[in-house]
Amino acid sequence: MHEMSIALSIVEAVELKARQEGAGWISGIELLIGKLAGIEPDSLKFCFSAAAKGTLAAKAVLDIEEPPGVGECGDCAMRFPVSFYYAECPGCRSLRVKIVSGEEFMIQSITIEEGE
Amino acid sequence: MCDTCGCSSDGGAVLRKPGNSDYHVHVIDSGHGDDHSHDHGHHHHESGSRTVALQQDVLQKNNLLAERNRGYFEARNIFVLNFLSSPGSGKTSLLEKIIPLLQQRFPVAVIEGDQQTTNDAERIEALGVPVIQINTGSGCHLDALMVNSALKELDLQDNSLLCIENVGNLVCPALFDLGEAFKVVIISVTEGDDKPLKYPTMFHEADICILNKTDLLPYVEFDALKCRDNALRVNHHLAWFEVSAKTGEGLEAWREWLENKLKQR
Repeated sequence: MHEMSIALSIVEAVELKARQEGAGWISGIELLIGKLAGIEPDSLKFCFSAAAKGTLAAKAVLDIEEPPGVGECGDCAMRFPVSFYYAECPGCRSLRVKIVSGEEFMIQSITIEEGE
Repeated sequence: MCDTCGCSSDGGAVLRKPGNSDYHVHVIDSGHGDDHSHDHGHHHHESGSRTVALQQDVLQKNNLLAERNRGYFEARNIFVLNFLSSPGSGKTSLLEKIIPLLQQRFPVAVIEGDQQTTNDAERIEALGVPVIQINTGSGCHLDALMVNSALKELDLQDNSLLCIENVGNLVCPALFDLGEAFKVVIISVTEGDDKPLKYPTMFHEADICILNKTDLLPYVEFDALKCRDNALRVNHHLAWFEVSAKTGEGLEAWREWLENKLKQR
């Protein structure tokens, strides 16, 4: 359940930013979680509600964008969608595949509100 | 409340030393500016709602602290390995076997990670190397802050080898950089040979894979070659070793590899 410690890191990061911006509370958090990032969005949402209790982010809605995995073949340079790490190049059957997208794990932005 | 010292700390990781039941240190984040106030000449907006960009890695705090650990290790020429596996695949047994082969030539120290008990630290202490136990409580992985706190309690020597034994778990520890030079994933032949495919993130993040308990191969349905193929499909950069911590078979190759890395620094 690393989602819990991750939820806590998110709360910590967004609270810090919100305080710096003089916000009253946080209404939304935009996250980028690649399909290969090793994070379950549903599990994260579940943990987030517990982690955010009593913080500026208590009422924040998580908006999660999930970019798909993209692999690049180390032999023929073809790019193709991948849904797991052990992908095979559909062009030349090579297994030397490098993941070029899908491992993102970012807090993109927050929406903050004035007042209580 | 902590049941050992009665302080107000609830939960969180604790450092312990074997054979000293009174010693314990709470891993506390001393904070990096969370409390300081910022005066940014308060902006006033027409609408009460606005979006602020962060573009920040979610694990940024851990990653920055891991880099700080890494800088400390580099400055003191300490070679650090992060050992990862499911519970029971033989991480501690492997350390018990490999440390005596190395400690004549290089100082060795160990950080043990477990949810509870100092059992593993006691086994390592019997080898006569400095060891500290991190009890993560409910935590399922070690993080860079726990390791950073442990470093301050461990009397590390320059030019040494530091082995960090992570919490037995093939999922969560993969995501948390501790500042190590290499991640070593261990799998035993009593697990399935498809484990690299079932837990690809761990094998993808690892630099070295050690197949342990090869002495049991005649008694189990485990195809070592298939397992190796599966692991290399997930990560074709993976260095692969097959050992038996019990009989010592295959340990020489792993020791040689390690010693070369230690000399190359």
